[in-house]
Amino acid sequence: MTSPSGSQRIDPEAPAGGPGPVLLDLQPPVDRTVVPPLTEQTRAEVREIIARYPKPRSALLPMLHLVQSVQGYVSPDGIRLCAEELGLTKAEVGAVATFYTMYRRRPAGQYHVGVCTNTLCAVLGGDEILEALEEHTGLHHDQTSADGMISLEHIECNAACDYAPVVMVNWEFHDDQTPQSAIELVDRLRAGEPVAPTRGPRTQCTFKEMSRVLAGFPDGRATEGVQAGPATLAGLALAQQRGDTAPDYPADPTAGTPDQES
Amino acid sequence: MVFTPVLSRSWGDADSFTLAGYRRHRGYEALERALRMAPDDLIALVKESGLRGRGGAGFPTGMKWGFIPQVRSAEDEGGQAGKPHYLVVNADESEPGTCKDTPLMLANPHVLIEGVIIASYAIRAEHAFIYLRGEELHVLRRLQNAVAEAYAAGHLGKDIHGSGFDLDVVVHAGAGAYICGEETALLDSLEGYRGQPRLRPPFPATHGLYASPTVVNNVESIASVPSIVLGGAAWFSSMGTEKSKGYTLYSLSGHVKRPGQYEAPLGLTLRELLDMSGGMREGHTLKFWTPGGSSTPLLTADHLDVPLDYEGVAAAGSMLGTKALQCFDETTCVVRCVLRWTQFYAHESCGKCTPCREGTYWMVQILQRMEQGSATEADLATLLDTCDNIFGRAFCALADGAVSPIVSGVQLFRQEFMDHLAGGCPFDHRRSTVYADTLTGAGA
Repeated sequence: MTSPSGSQRIDPEAPAGGPGPVLLDLQPPVDRTVVPPLTEQTRAEVREIIARYPKPRSALLPMLHLVQSVQGYVSPDGIRLCAEELGLTKAEVGAVATFYTMYRRRPAGQYHVGVCTNTLCAVLGGDEILEALEEHTGLHHDQTSADGMISLEHIECNAACDYAPVVMVNWEFHDDQTPQSAIELVDRLRAGEPVAPTRGPRTQCTFKEMSRVLAGFPDGRATEGVQAGPATLAGLALAQQRGDTAPDYPADPTAGTPDQES
Repeated sequence: MVFTPVLSRSWGDADSFTLAGYRRHRGYEALERALRMAPDDLIALVKESGLRGRGGAGFPTGMKWGFIPQVRSAEDEGGQAGKPHYLVVNADESEPGTCKDTPLMLANPHVLIEGVIIASYAIRAEHAFIYLRGEELHVLRRLQNAVAEAYAAGHLGKDIHGSGFDLDVVVHAGAGAYICGEETALLDSLEGYRGQPRLRPPFPATHGLYASPTVVNNVESIASVPSIVLGGAAWFSSMGTEKSKGYTLYSLSGHVKRPGQYEAPLGLTLRELLDMSGGMREGHTLKFWTPGGSSTPLLTADHLDVPLDYEGVAAAGSMLGTKALQCFDETTCVVRCVLRWTQFYAHESCGKCTPCREGTYWMVQILQRMEQGSATEADLATLLDTCDNIFGRAFCALADGAVSPIVSGVQLFRQEFMDHLAGGCPFDHRRSTVYADTLTGAGA
């Protein structure tokens, strides 16, 4: 039951692949009294996002990220706000919000932990990492801890295969993980200790802070962190060691081309 | 020269992602030169260079640009040329195994921005979008920062470098959907809809973003443009093979000693790359690999000398794809890998086309039975039959990609599939992990 099954709607106790019952995992309703409200400032920022695009509806994805930056998930209020501002029905907005995996229907933890279990990471240890984290935290795919600090998810390929196995925290890279290092990572996050991604800013930001950047409001941390990790530089290092370079640019790049510039 | 760092040349500098860092490597000099050229001459230059799309399909980039209706007259079909033109950069890097655009944008977002400006000028677009997958926060920050720096330096905005050319660039974060890497699904997503592929024709070149003429290019393709402007077509095509010109990023991953990004002319072989980069991990041998992500049919050690260019890999029965070389050694169960990839495609199928939506679901069921040892030989036949019924029967290539690992896996490792029928998976998965050597009593 600990192997990722692609869909959380299937009863994890049922024999996979067998004709077991399909059960809906109904978690308790979200306590909306503890969710921060969307404010007039949110509405003003929504309009700022709309102004970036030639056509208003293009703003919908960043608007939903903005809703998550305030409330930690896409709430019914958030769907209503987007619908009002774009002249859409709530069903139209809901149809978009439920299509994309980054939009959450329940509040994420302050630190949203994603373990890559696509083939390459899974083979190199991602399955074992997820199993270890599930055992250590008692959480399963798409669940949030009672203290609201951690949520856990198995994720698909995150374009960091040369650093496999990979764990993402709020979509920052934590490269080259093992079950042990992932447990330590999660423990430090839960304890509120500062944690640095391997290729990212000096400290890990929160889920809401992250969502604000995704909505297109920079947090001023772009210049923090390394420009490249070791695997990114493997080919360049080898080229330098061998003395390999690309041919020099010719003095006259137009030679032999249809470009007639001097 | 085996390796030809052009895109990766500056990545070793700690400030490679800043405007100042990029300028040290002749950043934005190509833009200056391009703006003194006629747009049509730029399109001709890129055509002449032989640059082909680096996102997987390998379509000639200059030709794609040339499909945009350039003359704004009332006579053109549907009045398309009179509409605004758009450039959209596909930065939705999600193909399993693919990890080249992400480190490129992290280390040097400016080379992409410069390419965007040149390409937009060539196709006469005044609005460009970079559609980045949402799951890469620091890459987004780097792009946002580079765009802000480019505006401040006068490379973006009104009357760029006094040329009279205006351009606005918006960095747009997606929200998690593999299918948005398919260019028409990406456009729907950018318009604020569910990302589902469109029926073609009409093609994006005439009816793309907001039903206007649109070029959609991969990050690496656009990032290659400044070097072509600076070096010329002859310089670019001096690298590579007859029909696959230029340099490219090969991404090596899996059970290898030194995974990473290796920039070399097209036509390199995996044997050469493994020989020079240290090979497979100690004491293990290559069992199978993908040349360009999970949607490209698997290859084995018999294919080590296949030239990794568009024609060479096609002749070997696969596709160059994204040049994501995922290498698996003999500890790896091919059925497990094929199952996991199939689960991925089932999860990511957008649901628009029945063969893909239903077919991927059923293929997962069959493969799970195999992994657990409850499948029969008839299941194997049903599996292949299902593949036949999916391939070529959907709007987009996701469905075709989904059958690639299955069909090639069974072709190359039929006996291993049969071995699963009796008692399930015979492999000890722990031996495949990167830390297998540190385990005790794990049978490693």
